[in-house]
Amino acid sequence: MLKIQKLHKSYPIGDSKLHVLKGIDLSVDRGEMVAIMGSSGSGKSTLLNIIGMLDEADQGDYILDEVPIKNLTEKKAAVYRNKFLGFIFQSFNLINYKNALENVSLPLYYQGLKRKKRIEKAKFHLEKVGLLDWASHLPSELSGGQKQRVAIARALASEPKLLLADEPTGALDSTTSHDIMAFLQHLNDEGKTILIVTHEEDIAAMCKRIVRLKDGIIMEDNFVNQVRATAHV
Amino acid sequence: MFDIDLWREIIQSINKNRTRSLLSGFTVAFAILLFTILFGLANGLNNTFSEAFVDDASNAVFIRSGRTTKAHKGLQAGRRIQFKNQDFDYVKTNFEPNIEFITARIYRNAAASYKNEKNNYSIRAVHPDHQYLEKTKITQGRYINQRDMDVRTKAIVIGDLVRQDLFLKENPLGKYINLSGIPYQVVGVFKDDGGDDEERFIYMPLTTAQTIYGNNDYIDQINLTYNPSLNYDEAIDFGLKLEKQLKERFTVAKNDQRAIRVFNMAMQNKGINQMTSVLGILILIIGMGTLIAGIVGISNIMIFIVKERTKEIGIRKALGAPPKSIISIILIESILITTLAGYVGLLIGVGLLNWVGPSLKTYFITDPSVSQSLVIAATLTLITAGAIAGYLPARKASNIKPIVALRDE
Repeated sequence: MLKIQKLHKSYPIGDSKLHVLKGIDLSVDRGEMVAIMGSSGSGKSTLLNIIGMLDEADQGDYILDEVPIKNLTEKKAAVYRNKFLGFIFQSFNLINYKNALENVSLPLYYQGLKRKKRIEKAKFHLEKVGLLDWASHLPSELSGGQKQRVAIARALASEPKLLLADEPTGALDSTTSHDIMAFLQHLNDEGKTILIVTHEEDIAAMCKRIVRLKDGIIMEDNFVNQVRATAHV
Repeated sequence: MFDIDLWREIIQSINKNRTRSLLSGFTVAFAILLFTILFGLANGLNNTFSEAFVDDASNAVFIRSGRTTKAHKGLQAGRRIQFKNQDFDYVKTNFEPNIEFITARIYRNAAASYKNEKNNYSIRAVHPDHQYLEKTKITQGRYINQRDMDVRTKAIVIGDLVRQDLFLKENPLGKYINLSGIPYQVVGVFKDDGGDDEERFIYMPLTTAQTIYGNNDYIDQINLTYNPSLNYDEAIDFGLKLEKQLKERFTVAKNDQRAIRVFNMAMQNKGINQMTSVLGILILIIGMGTLIAGIVGISNIMIFIVKERTKEIGIRKALGAPPKSIISIILIESILITTLAGYVGLLIGVGLLNWVGPSLKTYFITDPSVSQSLVIAATLTLITAGAIAGYLPARKASNIKPIVALRDE
């Protein structure tokens, strides 16, 4: 599904360079639920951004679903992002002047779907996250948990192969966090591959595999016994 | 290609971000409004200038005579110079190629009466060419013609106000007016842009007047228009040469200002022409100035808008928006707003000019208006400027890595 070899990434800081990723090797199979952990500055978000094609690696190979991701034009990257990936952000990143339904249908718009079809699909995914009744509400009228659910629905709308979550519970209280995690686990049960960046142990424990990063390299990579989030709710 | 979804996105974006849309719309509308008003007022000033000289042909030359003020070649000062038919013929034949129309004039006053109506009017006895010199507009019948001259008919052409005075509602054509005891037949009625005074004249054939008033061949004045193909300098030279030759003909001192006077419109026109070109340059500077101010305004706003939308652009890119769609969404939005706002500015400006325009006549501003095409051109310039000003930051935004855009708080 996803294969990363000898990945390097550095950022220029003034005259010097900050080497963030120092040779990452990682492969993820279909249906996995992986937590990427590490303290801040360990490179976990950078890794996720490269996987999400939001950023580019300096060196190394990245193959996603047998497609090498390298030297993409902006246009090609846009198509791949739309087709392969669904993003969930810590700050939700909903477009504030669009209501829930419109936010969810946005990736479908970029897929070139007809309006009727878009609305139909967006409604389906909103229902899946349990927010169909809130379809016409603006993000400012929703609670944090609801916003994140809308964001998940939006990430799911384009039916991506890989779901990428960057601290999805970072802005939520623990009850809502577990609620969201339970939902992600449910999606994983249905076969969706999910990558979650987090620095919270209890969130990581709800995944099936934990990759620990430190100073730009992988320190540990273990399969764990998944803690079901429903047990906490 | 019409993409309804793209337009839906744009309309929604405009509608949901009213402050932003109003701000940029206001800038453009205000620029176009200022442009329209300033240009309109400047045009009004220009109109006043050209209207002031609409009465007579702009290439007219008037030759008048008076008494000599200086002794010259043994002749005393105070001698009266009188033009005669032969002088008219002299001017006509000697300056033929430079002359477009030429007429002599005799002035008289007469008490006119028709049935019970009576009044006093000025009479001008003229050649047929006079019609073109004075820009007389015949509304009924005809003007004096060559046959009237040859046969010395007692035919007259009356001003419209004379017709109103004497004939009330009666048709004057073919009727006889009594002018100081002699009946004349009305052959035509005229109007003149020169105003009411000009329409109180009565025209009659020069030859008829010479026969009836004194039976001589005197004429009071010679009017002509110079050949329009002459430029101002050539026309001024022609006038000076004419004056010089006439002074020699009547043995008048060269520096005698009163004996023979040649008034040449070309002299005046040259001055007016310079004045209007200066005015034209002024108008151009004003127009350009307002446009540049508008361009700077809309450019600033576009840069601000793109900055404000950076995060949204990042989200859209993460969801799979191609760069082209990012650019077009920003660009079309800005073009749409500029076009609508420009149109609103134009409507307000034209409305304002129409509204206050008539009351500005006292300030030497006549009929202030702007041509539709000029304002449309100005609006198009602003739209183009807005598009360019929007395109550069929009393209930059579409090329930002989404991660950078998303980090932008």
